[in-house]
Amino acid sequence: MMEGLLNPQVFMVFKVVVVFIVVLTIVAIATWAERRGAAFIQDRVGPNRVALFGKIRILGLGQPLADGLKLFFKEDLFPLHVDRVLYTIAPIISFIPATMTFAAIPFGKPFVKNGTQYFLSILPPDTNIGVLYIFALAGMGVYGIIIGGWASNNKWSILGAMRASAQVISYELAMTLAVVGVILSTGSLRLDKIIEAQTGMWNIVPQILGAIVFFTAMFAETNRLPFDFAEGESEIIGYHTEYMSMKFSMFFLAEYANMITASGFFVVLYLGGWHFPYLDSTVAGSIIAFVIKLLFVLWTFIWIRWTLPRFRYDQLMRLGWKYLLPLSLINLVIVALFYAYGG
Amino acid sequence: MAIKKEVKLKFWDKIYLPAVIKGMGITISHFFKTLFTPPSKRYTIEYPDRRKEDIPEWYRGLHRLNTYPDGTLKCVACFCCATACPADAIYIEPEDLEDFDKEHPKEKAPKVFQIDLHRCIYCGFCEEACPKDAIVLTNHYEIVHTSREAGIIGIEELVKTKREGGE
Repeated sequence: MMEGLLNPQVFMVFKVVVVFIVVLTIVAIATWAERRGAAFIQDRVGPNRVALFGKIRILGLGQPLADGLKLFFKEDLFPLHVDRVLYTIAPIISFIPATMTFAAIPFGKPFVKNGTQYFLSILPPDTNIGVLYIFALAGMGVYGIIIGGWASNNKWSILGAMRASAQVISYELAMTLAVVGVILSTGSLRLDKIIEAQTGMWNIVPQILGAIVFFTAMFAETNRLPFDFAEGESEIIGYHTEYMSMKFSMFFLAEYANMITASGFFVVLYLGGWHFPYLDSTVAGSIIAFVIKLLFVLWTFIWIRWTLPRFRYDQLMRLGWKYLLPLSLINLVIVALFYAYGG
Repeated sequence: MAIKKEVKLKFWDKIYLPAVIKGMGITISHFFKTLFTPPSKRYTIEYPDRRKEDIPEWYRGLHRLNTYPDGTLKCVACFCCATACPADAIYIEPEDLEDFDKEHPKEKAPKVFQIDLHRCIYCGFCEEACPKDAIVLTNHYEIVHTSREAGIIGIEELVKTKREGGE
């Protein structure tokens, strides 16, 4: 049945649609898991009242749906003092890169059928810039925040946006330098090559230092607690104070989509991508292995959010510049020395 | 006055990670503890479905005006409760009585005794001030009205408030 449909063009469209739907579904489930997980960590109950047909409660899984519907149908008005053009495009600038980034991530084992090679990532692996593509687009995300804060014409919003940009500047360096270690050990920027190089041993074992730095910087990059400076929902006011309805939910979706991409990126770089003993012998098994790892990292995001308090602004800067950057440099030097003299 | 607190961090605290991992251990243990506790055993009582049954005796809920076994009000309209009330929620109109030959002789009784439940802060000062133990706060906590007028309750309603745990 599938044989006739399986040609590269159809497969491409199929992949794009499925990945988009799956990523947005995971976003919805992540918001639910975040709230339920937070509740359980704090010995509460969490959202469990949204019911199907008013009867079947299904553990509150209807909550993201209800929230989404609410945000969708809310009145969307412009505050009087905003810059209308920038105010409108800021959530879009934030949302589009967030959903585009996942395109480069290989989520399963490539396979050959009828003499054609099929690969399981939206971007073809022979675009040599996999890692750079992700970094470039992830860096775009902060423009949405800055523009949003600026367009709101609200001093607290612009302060939130300013914190976000300062944070990104101080963390992108450490993050990139940590990844340079992986690139060095692989010898390629291609993500599928990075996964291939991790057959047998995942990068997290030899490059644990880099993994820790990257993992920490990932939180700053996606504006998650304990580095939640852009938003700071509980006490310092953030960049989307003036936003409402669908525009707000685009920022919200972008945050979660960024979390998913960052988790996927971490899995690819350090946790061996779709490699897993015995499970990766089939294509379906490799996809399952990848998704399980991704969900675990995603859960770690939530887990850490409800464990650690927010850092102070100067503490964040000190951690970024004085600890993470030297650590990633040390990691880089160790890897470089190993490949120059040891390997 | 700013209090400067010097905290000496040990080396293991300074590198954050062990402390972070320890904290994560605590949170995940709470997560699994709550996950495997059936909803009926959790701290949260999901109100309309379940009710809190073991309300302590000293809980301060809906007011009650006590009566003697023969049905006469204990209240002597002395205004102690209304004076003690910090929220000014009690309104009393007294009337003179000359029933000294009865079983419970008193000079005055309230003609109107109203409590504005919207104003009341359930502090229990009225209960403390009352020389006759006439007004008490019971442990009824479901105090619901559909209009502002319904929140002002008089003697008839106050007498009908159920006693808790027998008296």
